[in-house]
Amino acid sequence: MADIQEKIGKLCPEAQCDGSGEFLLINVPDAQWHALAKSLKEELHFDYLTALVGVDWKDELGVMYYLTNTDTQEIIHVKVATTDRETPRLHSVSDLWAVANYQEREVYDFFGIEFINHPDMRRFFLRNDWVGFPLRKDYDASPEKNPLRLEDEENEDNTYRLVEDENGNVTRIDGKVFEDDEYVVNVGPQHPSTHGVMRYRASIEGELVKKVDVVSGYIHRGIEKMCESLMYPQTLLYTERMDYMSAHINRHCLCLCIEKAMGLEVPHRAELIRMMMDELMRLSSHLLSYGCLTMDQGATTAFFYGFRERELIYDIFDKTCGARMSMSYLTIGGVKADVHPDFIKDVRHACDVITEKMKEYHKLFTGNVIARNRMVGVGVLSKEDAINYAITGPSGRASGHHCDVRKCHPYSLYNEVEFDEITYETGDSMDRYMVRMKEMEESIKILRQCCDMLEAEGIEGEYIAKVPKLIKLPAGHWYQQVEGSRGAFGVYLESDGNPKPFQKPYRLHFQSPCFNLVGIVDLTCKDNLIADLITITASIDYVIPDIDR
Amino acid sequence: MEVKIKSMKHDDFKDNEYIDQLVEELNASGTNVVVGKLDQLINWGISNSLWPFCFGTSCCAIEFMCLGAARYDMARFGFEVARNSPRQADYIMCQGTITYRMAPALKRLYEQMAEPKYVIACGACTVSGGPFKNSYCVVKGIDEIIPVDVYLPGCPPRPEAMFYALMQLQRKIKVQKFFGGVNRKEKRKRFFEKNGE
Repeated sequence: MADIQEKIGKLCPEAQCDGSGEFLLINVPDAQWHALAKSLKEELHFDYLTALVGVDWKDELGVMYYLTNTDTQEIIHVKVATTDRETPRLHSVSDLWAVANYQEREVYDFFGIEFINHPDMRRFFLRNDWVGFPLRKDYDASPEKNPLRLEDEENEDNTYRLVEDENGNVTRIDGKVFEDDEYVVNVGPQHPSTHGVMRYRASIEGELVKKVDVVSGYIHRGIEKMCESLMYPQTLLYTERMDYMSAHINRHCLCLCIEKAMGLEVPHRAELIRMMMDELMRLSSHLLSYGCLTMDQGATTAFFYGFRERELIYDIFDKTCGARMSMSYLTIGGVKADVHPDFIKDVRHACDVITEKMKEYHKLFTGNVIARNRMVGVGVLSKEDAINYAITGPSGRASGHHCDVRKCHPYSLYNEVEFDEITYETGDSMDRYMVRMKEMEESIKILRQCCDMLEAEGIEGEYIAKVPKLIKLPAGHWYQQVEGSRGAFGVYLESDGNPKPFQKPYRLHFQSPCFNLVGIVDLTCKDNLIADLITITASIDYVIPDIDR
Repeated sequence: MEVKIKSMKHDDFKDNEYIDQLVEELNASGTNVVVGKLDQLINWGISNSLWPFCFGTSCCAIEFMCLGAARYDMARFGFEVARNSPRQADYIMCQGTITYRMAPALKRLYEQMAEPKYVIACGACTVSGGPFKNSYCVVKGIDEIIPVDVYLPGCPPRPEAMFYALMQLQRKIKVQKFFGGVNRKEKRKRFFEKNGE
């Protein structure tokens, strides 16, 4: 770490390094930021922009960048801020890390920070006639300002960029999303194959897609803002309603982050149960994505097969957690109750059944001529692009990006179990599908080992640590990531340390994997048939409420 | 009068007073024999082949998919033909939060549906805004936008609960009147007069 600190000092003398936190923090003025970012990426190989978090510190508005070196897995974070609240402007890094394109639009939407040299400065989640920036601390939430409007909003065809010349003068250049002679087809927001309320505007030439404009925010519920007015245990609820297909995993992440901030030790048994729940969730999620991917290509039977096995997992959740979905089982310090006496037996049974039925899945779909023709070589994502667009999870690993958080930054008890990180090379739809199928086998492998470990611990045990009734965190910020079903899920938690009347998070940001996944729709669909847009997006497998939060 | 549907016994329902009251209201001015029989025939047809419109915005949609899959198998009751176009569907089961951005789309989809049309508000979000009630951009219950026939609480409701809601809708349809009496259209007109078109 000292080595990096020294190098950064040489690259940019204005930058202040602070190594006291969990990761190295670099404070850099906005004027030097772009040059530093360039050398961080090119010389120090921080090529993976893990998270980009906008924060309102009251006296200044700014952004936290979390950067990862994909070779050494080192993480550093950079703080860039401006004191101007009227027209806050920062320099864009979307030319260096492509993922920053949408992320910066999100920050613009929530905080009103404009990014200089960003190619397309539009709102991302909120209606384009929205007044104000909701995540600012001085946002006026009165319903008179933004009433429920029942007339459709205008298509957002106009965009602008801020261009800086050599002398540092910024000029605004207006532009169009689509040219006048382009033929634009609208898909969504209510469309059976977008897996929720997502809208694409695809410019096509003949049957070939030339450009896809993503219009998101149809299920944006403002979770991050609501969390700022809740106590820590209350915020857990929302994590399960973002990516509901990795409910336990998301909740696990926030629990880990709060525990890290509290310095709380979780009992071994509790961590084991949590990990098993995570893997069961992953299995159920991959089964669902198998079902949806097949159904989108017309194989309705395969959908029923996937759902048949999912019910087994639902039964396990139902017995132990008391609910099929949105289980609210994990909690700060452990889990809410010990597992059902049948738990180990049921998990073993489910593992056996799914292993057996996997053969059926492959027989039914993987070798199918239609499936192969529609998936092999379609929607290719190279490894460079996967890292550049921060694509993680099965979709990233299909392109050869080694990004499994369970391996790179082991959390929970993933150190104690044996499993392989599945990676493929090509990065087409077929590979993305195959990674999921193979990962299910790995999850089963983990679950079987966990069953043995849990059995060795006995039927009952300590499943929750002693947690104070009122949780107080010291001032500071923490970042925790876990491997969700669809990629690296991260939580950024900032506390101002103010304990009165009860403590609420100052800023809670969820870095959702699906938000990055939707960024590659344009890239992968380009020059493919419009019919393949459905296959490609199904193989990328995002969950819309996770994008919109 | 007892409202009978094939799928579940009358006594197994928990809120029979409501449906009895509805029947009483509808029959207050008596029923014409011929028209009444015609009504019964039509209602028998509609209530046993309710085609849902796939409208899932979040978690509840996954449970609805379970409803369509093998274990719960909604085809047993005639609900299985999930349509992707509002023009072919009988009822809209709104699964998931409706945000300010989505609200105009939901309204339009509802308007595109052909008569007779019904609405089920499925899940806490659609009933009242649910856990997102305090948000700056969530509609606090879809009954602010469109008239709702059946409210189904839960976050998300279990598939069994979804069946219960669907059967309640069947019962409501069984007693509705096409000719004379309290007309559905009039009720809806009143709703939009109150809430603004």
